[in-house]
Amino acid sequence: MVEAHGLVKRFGDFVAVDGVDFNIARGESFGFLGPNGAGKTSTMRMISCISPLSGGTLRVLGMDPLKDGARIRARMGLVPQEDSLDLELTVLDNLMIYGRYFDMPKKVIRERAEQLLDFAQLTERANDRVDPLSGGMKRRLTIARALISDPDLLILDEPTTGLDPQARHLLWDRLYRLKQDGVTLVITTHYMDEAEQLCDRLVVMDKGRFAAEGTPRQLIEAYATKEVVELRFAPGEHEDVAPSLVALAERQEVLPDRILLYTDDGDAALAEVARMGHVARSTLVRRSTLEDVFLRLTGRTLVD
Amino acid sequence: MTAVSGAGAPGGTTLFRHGEDVTARRMATPMWLRAARYWGYQYKRTWRSSVVTSFLIPVLYLAAMGVALGSLIDKHSHGVDGVTYVAYLAPGLLAGTCMQIGTNDATYPVMGAIKWMRTYLAQLAAPLGVYDVLLGHLAWIAARLAIVVSIYLAVMAAFGIVYSPWALVALPAGVLTGVAFAAPVAAFAATQDKDSAFSTLYRFAIIPMFLFSGTFFPVSQLPEWLQVVAYATPLYHGVTLCRDLTLGQVGWADVGHAAYLCALVAVGYAAARRTFARRLVV
Repeated sequence: MVEAHGLVKRFGDFVAVDGVDFNIARGESFGFLGPNGAGKTSTMRMISCISPLSGGTLRVLGMDPLKDGARIRARMGLVPQEDSLDLELTVLDNLMIYGRYFDMPKKVIRERAEQLLDFAQLTERANDRVDPLSGGMKRRLTIARALISDPDLLILDEPTTGLDPQARHLLWDRLYRLKQDGVTLVITTHYMDEAEQLCDRLVVMDKGRFAAEGTPRQLIEAYATKEVVELRFAPGEHEDVAPSLVALAERQEVLPDRILLYTDDGDAALAEVARMGHVARSTLVRRSTLEDVFLRLTGRTLVD
Repeated sequence: MTAVSGAGAPGGTTLFRHGEDVTARRMATPMWLRAARYWGYQYKRTWRSSVVTSFLIPVLYLAAMGVALGSLIDKHSHGVDGVTYVAYLAPGLLAGTCMQIGTNDATYPVMGAIKWMRTYLAQLAAPLGVYDVLLGHLAWIAARLAIVVSIYLAVMAAFGIVYSPWALVALPAGVLTGVAFAAPVAAFAATQDKDSAFSTLYRFAIIPMFLFSGTFFPVSQLPEWLQVVAYATPLYHGVTLCRDLTLGQVGWADVGHAAYLCALVAVGYAAARRTFARRLVV
């Protein structure tokens, strides 16, 4: 569906995307993960033929984005980072208008809109104005709108950023259904749980390059240990304690609020910490997650 | 066969039927027209008040300034340039109205479509390209101008101040005047981040032009140095063209006026292509 070789995006002297290669197969759910400014959105905008590439080659749906932008976008659904709904029109009108951009007959749009509103759980709001809807509803409407033309490829740029937990879970459930239906999804996110839930395969981006690539499971196996011990100490104690713990784990990460010990046997490591006489305010032994992979690869937390 | 005709078919998913492209069968409507269609859809919400305004403004102005004030002028100086004041004023106001509509519709709506409502971005996420978005919007502005000018000319006919079949050509002439403002103003609006420049544009360009470009009185009444300025303004050419047409005093000079306005449309459009692309394609 999407094939990129040495893809580059430059803004003046700034290199946003620095020569990346990837292949996205039909029916796959592919994630771009990374902190803000890693180049995720620039990559997405090139795939959606909105932003011209500065270098490398890119094929989308077997076509050239520079020459066939309109034809590619006719088969693509795009959920941008910021909603671009018409706030003064109704929910249904927004779908109608968007379908008309694809030159679909009104009757077809109306039938399809009915199904999509049901899918997006917005049927009851069909004739309401968009403005007063909640953030989650607007997001679901944006997704429904992107699906109006039955696209082969759905591109979602940070689909759940800024939503509350309930709204996010509802959205994930809808996206998971799309995935089950075989829609090819391309997702950017800076939420690890989102990537773990939705992506078959993902790349971690940092400073315009891919730091790692694989399934969530593969990445965890390759870049993290089986278990992680999280230790919280009183403020200021971190620096004193951290050096003495280095030997206990394969790797150690000192975060502002806690120390992470990467090891295959968390309980053993925790017992060792206690034997050394350190009294942590709270402790936690857990399985490694993508977040640990992320910390290792980009060396910082996601919220910067 | 439509993409959703399989809805409810046993075993099949109802929403997604990959490989069958709902959009491919009908790629007939040009992209720019699809963009224009959006603005028409928007207009449907407000068309009633808009049409009423388009009707009331000329009626009120022509009654108050043309007939009432005009009777004084006609009494003292036997009309203006050999015609009654109302007949002189009406085409001037027509061109001035077109200027205001063309400018209005190319300032806030353009900025809104980029920054606030992000309509352009929604269109660009669909198959439309940046030039389609621009051309579609200008085409819609032209269509709206055509509605307003038609109503205006009908009101003029009712006042009995249409003197020649040439007045029919005042319809495209009025639209041309409006677009001659809309195109360059849209080019400018696409470079702006805040709307504050728009009030400056009105204060120092649009309103002075409206008052001093031969709309209400002949430019020859102005001091000589100001006459030169007035002759150079686009509105002067729009006013003169419309006036010559409704009065039936058409000459070769009018080809020049029309050419001036066409050139402004062309330059404005070329500039807008650049500023739109720079703003929207990054």
